Amino acid sequence: MPTYVNPDKCDGCKALDRPACMYICPNDLMVLDRALGKAWNQEPELCWECYSCVKTCPQTAIEMRGYGDVVPLGAALTPLRGTDAIMWMVKYRNQQVKRFKFPIRTTPWGSIEPYKGLEAPNLEALRQPGTAGWQKYLGVDRLPVAAKP
Amino acid sequence: MNEPAVEVVECDVLICGGGMAGCGAAYEAAYWARAAKLRVVMVEKAAVERSGAVAMGLSAINCYMGMKWGENQPEDFVRYVRQDLMGLCREDLVYDIARNVDATVHMFEEWGLPFFKTPEGRYKREGRWQVMIHGESYKPIVAEAAKKALGEGNIYERIFIANLLLDKDDSGRIAGAVGFSVRDFKLYIFKARAVIVAAGGATQVFRPHAVGEGLGRIWYAPWNTGSAYKLPILAGAEMTQMEHRLVVTRFKDGYGPVGMWFLLFKATLKNAYGEAVEEKWAELLKEWLPYGAGKPIPTPLRNHQMLRDFVAGAGPHYLRTDEALTRMFAETQNDPRKVREIEADAWEDFLDMTMSQALLWASHNIDPAKTPSEVVLTEPYLVGSHGAATGAWVSGPEDLAPKDYFWGYNRMTTVKGLFAAGDGVGASAHKFSSGSYAEGRLAGKAALAYVMDTAQAAQIDQQRVESIKQALFAPLKAYEQAQARVTRGEINPAVLNPRQALVRLQKIMDEYCAGYEVGYMTNGPTLRRGLELLELLREDMAHLAARDLHELLRAWELWDRYYCAEAHARHILFREETRWPGYYYRGDFPKLDEANWHCFTVSRYDADKNQWQLNKRPYVSIVS
Repeated sequence: MPTYVNPDKCDGCKALDRPACMYICPNDLMVLDRALGKAWNQEPELCWECYSCVKTCPQTAIEMRGYGDVVPLGAALTPLRGTDAIMWMVKYRNQQVKRFKFPIRTTPWGSIEPYKGLEAPNLEALRQPGTAGWQKYLGVDRLPVAAKP
Repeated sequence: MNEPAVEVVECDVLICGGGMAGCGAAYEAAYWARAAKLRVVMVEKAAVERSGAVAMGLSAINCYMGMKWGENQPEDFVRYVRQDLMGLCREDLVYDIARNVDATVHMFEEWGLPFFKTPEGRYKREGRWQVMIHGESYKPIVAEAAKKALGEGNIYERIFIANLLLDKDDSGRIAGAVGFSVRDFKLYIFKARAVIVAAGGATQVFRPHAVGEGLGRIWYAPWNTGSAYKLPILAGAEMTQMEHRLVVTRFKDGYGPVGMWFLLFKATLKNAYGEAVEEKWAELLKEWLPYGAGKPIPTPLRNHQMLRDFVAGAGPHYLRTDEALTRMFAETQNDPRKVREIEADAWEDFLDMTMSQALLWASHNIDPAKTPSEVVLTEPYLVGSHGAATGAWVSGPEDLAPKDYFWGYNRMTTVKGLFAAGDGVGASAHKFSSGSYAEGRLAGKAALAYVMDTAQAAQIDQQRVESIKQALFAPLKAYEQAQARVTRGEINPAVLNPRQALVRLQKIMDEYCAGYEVGYMTNGPTLRRGLELLELLREDMAHLAARDLHELLRAWELWDRYYCAEAHARHILFREETRWPGYYYRGDFPKLDEANWHCFTVSRYDADKNQWQLNKRPYVSIVS
């Protein structure tokens, strides 16, 4: 189900310094049509349907249509991603609807302090096995070592 | 055509790829670099927030020991990996992942990744090595930490690294990398004292099952094009186990994961006549001793059973989700709240990491509690982090590595200053997301030590950079010049477009190198014919044309896949046995040959002479 863009909703991210879908697409598929002022998927047969663009679009303008070669028409899968949870609506071909909500993060976005609680790096430890701060994070007192042959 | 702009970036450690391994390398290298006042730079062809194999999310972390609860020890993990790989893994590397991975997983939880928990507060297990997560935002969380660790100014996005640079006076030493922007007409030259290749494995080297729009719906991320292999191959690094591959059982057409169904829900794989495939073909395992007698049954042997059943005409094959859920619902006395929880877990498995499979269910009106789902074997993939072991031949850690597996710095390839992690490290499978991150950290730390020990900076060869620059942008020029040859359309006698060249590569590999369509079967003559066809393709790829930067990206991704394909074919030709039935078969050497082939294969490519050299490397065990 490659992405398609709803022309009534897409505004080309005029208010942003770059179109959000074009920035995020891991496979360089979403692109701004400059004449149209709107985005589109330039290579749908290489779309993994990762939903990165769908989730990030500020206008909820991007949706999926099942791959024409394998997916019967009529179903829809729509996410609404908030800051700590994501909601999914699954619409069946027979119009049955299921809804799910899953947590996505337990801390505020931007709150990571990468080396919090770690000692300042001591270059003498650089040549010892183990990764930075294993003493804090590993959960056992000793870094295991196998007997060498 | 105008000349591209050029930007030169100088740094001490360059990380190629911002996926799990790259973010791990960034985190660790930046920590030590603070003390040493060194610059660490990461370059990524997409946006780090959603790049690499974990871009879409994951529903489980598949590599976690649980040492703090005494659940598993590194020795247990080494035995498991060795068994699944039919006897061949670098035990020092696997052990090193196992002893370090828990620290990384615990850190992810502290950062805000939500885990399923048991009533006692342990991570909820999906299987012996797997823990369940609510992983929709796994990559954005990991990316946030990497960005903060490095500083945004040290991250270069939307740049495709096409070549590594070697030292002007020492061709066995790394000096940097060259790439181009996918957004601007611009060349990037990275000068670095150490380089960590943390790029992705290779998809679409083989023809996928889909034929039309669904071509992108494959098991592994289609943007993983094999940079993890091409970059070290072209730099002259030794590669190992490049004949290995991954073929997995997945839900048909959607490629949804099956791990939770098998491991947690205890669902059974049955054929159209209700026969359990594993029971029906249990006898087959005896032909593959000692591994056939071990538990769990190695992935290739399970494939082998299913393939045999398929050829026997007993398909379609179904994962009996209906039986599993009916049983699980009954175990809760059909308590509506608990039934709803089980159902949500089942759907989340797809919605966290393979949404297409959920849509496929909805579009076929499939209720998994009532209707089983078809499963098939996938096309082959080259990966070093999942169940397969292709990658660079690297040094192990000093305190674990046997003598011949150690040359100074953990995870350093045979090119001085060139490190690998994640998909790029060979003979060390089952790292998955967490282990790849941990391995990135190990490589990042070792790269820092290497830089500190190496007083003199490497020198790049300006002439070489110039010739790479000409080659990099040649497809744009070729496209422009070829337009006058035709009235309109894609068919042009002067050039080849990347899409058609990709399809040609996939067709050769599928037919001659044991793809899905031929039941994963090949032999010496077939492989040699395939190599002839690959050589013709390689020559023709000098005429690739690109209408814009997007197609230029595709052209160079194709070169990634090309070198993966050739390495794969040559390694399969070299290993004269069938070690992994269900992954591929050598019709001329149909049996496991422990006496001659319980060893690693190692290749080295000489790019100047276009010559490959293959050798055996002895197996040394550190865990009984």
